[in-house]
Parts: sequence; C-alpha cells; structure tokens
Amino acid sequence: MEEILKTEGLTKTFNLSRKQQKIERTTAKRKVAVDNLTFSAYRGEIFGLLGPNGAGKTTTLRMLSTLIRPDSGDAWLNGCSVVSQPEEVRGKIGFLTSELKLEDFFTPNYLFDFFSMLHGVEEAEKEKRKKEMFDRFGIDKFAEVKVANLSTGMKQKLSLVISLVHNPEIIIFDEPTNGLDVLTARTVTDYLQELRDEGKTIILSTHIFSLVERLCDRVGIIIDGRLVACGNLEDVCDGMTIEDRFFEMYKEMKGGEE
Amino acid sequence: MKSNTLTIIKKEFARFFGDRQLLFTTVIMPGLLIYIIYSLMGTGIQSMITKGSQEMVTMRVENMPQSLAPVFHSLDSNLIVTEQSFTDEDIKQLEDKEVNDLLIRFPENFDEVIATGTPSDNVPAVEIYYNSTNNACSRVHRVVSSVLNNYARPYTVSELDQASSDSIGAMIWSKILPMLIIMMLFSGVMAIAPSSIAGEKERGTIATLLVTPMRRNELALGKIVSLSGIALLSGISSFIGIALSLPKMVGMGDAADLGFHYTTSDYFVLLLVIFASVLIMASAVSLLSALAKDVKNAGTMVTPFMLVVMLAGLLPMFQDGASTSLLIYLIPFYNSIEVMTAVFAHEMQWMPVVVTLASDVVYTGIAVWVLTRMFNSEKIMFSR
Repeated sequence: MEEILKTEGLTKTFNLSRKQQKIERTTAKRKVAVDNLTFSAYRGEIFGLLGPNGAGKTTTLRMLSTLIRPDSGDAWLNGCSVVSQPEEVRGKIGFLTSELKLEDFFTPNYLFDFFSMLHGVEEAEKEKRKKEMFDRFGIDKFAEVKVANLSTGMKQKLSLVISLVHNPEIIIFDEPTNGLDVLTARTVTDYLQELRDEGKTIILSTHIFSLVERLCDRVGIIIDGRLVACGNLEDVCDGMTIEDRFFEMYKEMKGGEE
Repeated sequence: MKSNTLTIIKKEFARFFGDRQLLFTTVIMPGLLIYIIYSLMGTGIQSMITKGSQEMVTMRVENMPQSLAPVFHSLDSNLIVTEQSFTDEDIKQLEDKEVNDLLIRFPENFDEVIATGTPSDNVPAVEIYYNSTNNACSRVHRVVSSVLNNYARPYTVSELDQASSDSIGAMIWSKILPMLIIMMLFSGVMAIAPSSIAGEKERGTIATLLVTPMRRNELALGKIVSLSGIALLSGISSFIGIALSLPKMVGMGDAADLGFHYTTSDYFVLLLVIFASVLIMASAVSLLSALAKDVKNAGTMVTPFMLVVMLAGLLPMFQDGASTSLLIYLIPFYNSIEVMTAVFAHEMQWMPVVVTLASDVVYTGIAVWVLTRMFNSEKIMFSR
C-alpha cells in the first residue's frame, strides 16, 4: 500500500477567551485541540476521522489543508510537508468544509474558470473537466446563474465541484454530508466511492456512524484531541458495531460519563 | 506580474464592473454629483450677482452736497440718483425687500464742515437707509460707502497688486486642489477596500482563496493593485466632475483665466503622484480591512485614519508653498500633497517627485509584505 498521507505528532493548542472558558467550564487559558496525532492514509482508500463535536477533527483537517499551522509535529501529503511546503500541499489537495464559501456575485461558470486558473489547470483540461463535473452534478442547468440565486443544495454541489477543479490526488472533506438533502448526500457519497475506486485518497471527518460503516476503509477515532483507535474498520470494531465500539472507548476515556 | 496576481486582479475587476450599482456609486456618481452640485452652486451664485447688478436702483439723496453730486451721478448706469428729501414713511417702505431704493441723508452744511476741517465735537453724520437682503441695494450701498469713506479721508491709498492673475490663480489652486484630490481618491478607496478584504473574511470567501496553491503575497499584491485601479477610476471621475464644473463655479467662463494652465510634464507628474497616493491609500486601508472582523468594523477602524489624511490635505492652506526639505517627501500621503502643491503653484522640482514616488513604492512593498503575513496569520484571518 502506497502511503499518501502521514502525520507525526501533530499538535495544536488554542488560547481560550473568557467567553470560551465559560462555555468549556474551565479556568485553563489554553486548550489542546489536537494532541500528538499520528496516523497514515493510503492510496485508494477512504479514511474516516470519527469523533464527537469539539474532538479536534476539523482542526486536524484544517492543519492538513494548511489553513492553520501545527504548534508541533508535521504532516506530509504526497511527500510535501504542511509546515515547510504549504503551497505544494494546497496544489495536491481538494478541501471542502462548510467554512469555505463561494462569492455570491459570480456564476458557477466563472468560479470554475477562476479556481482552475489559480490551480494552474490547462485550458483544454479545464473545459473537459467542467463539462464532466457540471453534467454529473446537474450544474450545467444553472451554470450562468449567480451563486446568490442558487438553493442551498445547489451551492453545496457547486462547492464540492469547485474544490475538485484540479482533479486532486488527495481529497479532504469535513462533514461531507452535513446539511445536505438526502438526494444530494447520496450523490456526494456515491461520488466519493467512485473517486476512491479511481485511486484517490479521501480523508473525511464525521460524527455519523452509518457514514463511516458505509464509506470508510479505515477509521481513526478521535476524542479530546487524541487518537484513541486507528485501523481497518473490522479491527477497530472488534466484532461490535462502530457505534457500540465508539461509546465503549468514550466511556473508557471519560471514566464512565456519557 | 505573476499570473495568480493577475487572476486576482481580473476577478476583483470582474466583481466591480459586473456590479452596476457599485460601478455607478463608485465611479459615475462622484463625478456626476460633483459636476451637478458645483455647477448649481456656481450658477446660483452667478445668477444672484447678475440679477443684483442688472436691476435698476433709485438713490434718493437729501441735502446732496455739491462736491459729491457729480460722483454719485456717474456711479452706475443702473442707478437713478434723485435729489429729494424723504420721510419716516419712505424709510419704513424699505422693509419690503422688493423695493430697490436707497436713501441717503446728509447734514445741510456737509460741504462747509468738510472744507473747514472736521471739528472733533461736530462730526457730520451721514445716514444711509437700505435693505441688505436686496442684492441690488446691497451692491449700491457698498459702492456708496466706499465713496464716502474715501471722501472723508485726508489722504488716498493706491493698492497696486503687482501679482499676475496667473500666479494668483496658481496659488489658489495649490492650496485647494491637493486636498480635494486626496479626499476624492480616499473616498474611492473607502468605497471598495473594506468590503474587498474584511467583506471576504465576513462572507467566508477568503478561506476558499487561501486553500488554493496561490502564494499569499500574490493574493496581497493582487488585492492592493486592483483596489488601487478601481479607486483611481473613482478619483478620475471626481476630477473630471471638478474640471467640468470649475468654470461655472468660479464664474469666469474659462478656468484658464484663473491661471489653470499647466504643462504636459505637470500633468504627467500629477498622474504619477495620484497613482502613488492611491497605492499607499489602498495599502493602508487593505491592512486595516484585513485586521477588521467584518466590514462594519473595517469602516470604524478606517475613520480615524481618514481624518488624519484629511487634516494632512488641509495643511497647504496654512503654508507658503511646498516644502524644500527632502525628508518631508518621505512621509506617506503628506509627500503626495506637497508634490501636488508644488505642481499647482508652478514650483515643481524633480528631486522631491522622485523621492515621493520611490518612497511610496517602498511603502507599498512593505504593505504587501505585511498583508502577506496577515493572510498567513490564522489569528487574523479566522478570528471572530
């Protein structure tokens, strides 16, 4: 198996404001969001990061996409370091999260061209890919409509397409089906499986057990910023469902509380 | 220029030129409004002056002194001078502003008293009755007052101004225009810069740009150059508005009559300095906008800065020409104002221009570097 992604001791700490201290019910001034995270992902697999809200999944993905810098540790995507080669890393990944928005003023057609240019996609390749992606996600019907006038589902499909304009080798999706209607969610998950079959590496974060069971080849369970289990789905589940296994680990971590 | 920077510039221009409302309010409206407002003001003032000077005024003089009669009769072709006494009722009628009358009452022995020297205990009192809200009466009153003041003096003063109308005009332009230009350029920057960076942060679209392989310095340069270009268009629009309305504003029919004739090199330097100023303004506002959490916060942060720039624009009014110290030309914003002052006063020298342009380019480079660092800072880009 070809190792495409490798993290080693990835750690990120945030300062807590007074407001955040109240919410977290703590007097600590700093919070370790991701604590010494080490895992790998391989070519042609879907790797799922499973954990509750606030576990550090999104922070991990933001470090992998170079939006934020780790305090210590590093990650390599296709051999490029997120710390020392962030531009190269960004050229190799497609990153999608609800935090990334598209300018309301422009049309899908314009945005596809714009992001293709920033990713250095050749003109002929761009046109071919645009047609293929627009056809597949039904964007061709509203290619010249401003994003402001699109429905939420359409916007999400467009965001997905835009994140993949350059046909990246590594795809990082934060909660890929969050907020999607059932039809769009199905389109997205089917497409992710198709990409996996094409040999792409997909890293996704989720707190939905069924999604992990249906999509992921390997899974990492993350609780309070720490990776408590990582491996093939069968190995991690150890004969249980992923949901039961998760709660067992969660109880162990939290000393019985749920 | 790097291709990603060009892509950002094209996108910013597409955003701007594609938004008809933004285009209208930023580029077309400033020039149009300035032209309309200044023209209306000029036309209104001219019309008041013209109306006042063309209307017939009747001046009734009681006890007309023989020494003054020929002077009064030759004062103005629109003035009818009659020698007759008047009553309190006649004075009361002046309260009606439509009555174009002016009444003067001299003492009976005015000529004799003046001829024998004015005794300190018996100063001849001349009474002038008029309505100051009537433009025609006011005009005649000013003339008559002037005549009487000069008449009573034991000597006359000849005020012989040797300055040409050209240099007087140049002095006026050098005190007013730098401030106007700076204000217009700044308002152009203000119209777009806060929403370009703080707006992108607020809408979440900046993060989408930051996950592309584009380098942060390409993004910073693209933002500053495109904002400068758009602000420059806004400034040019305002400038055209002023240039077209100027003749109506000054009421001279032609701005050239007031010394508004400059050489090609003057215009060339002005253009360079205007572009350098816009670069510096766009850089400074971009930095503040990047620091801000949202567009509203950006507006609040930029306001004190705008006041400082406006104050700098006012300084030429209180000084005698442009500074000769080259160090002054290292101060951003103020250096541009000083160069413009020198150009409009026909005192332009090349060294201050070179220092201004070079320092502005260096400051813009520093701003691009700082903005790049800010785009790299997760605390600045993703704080809420």
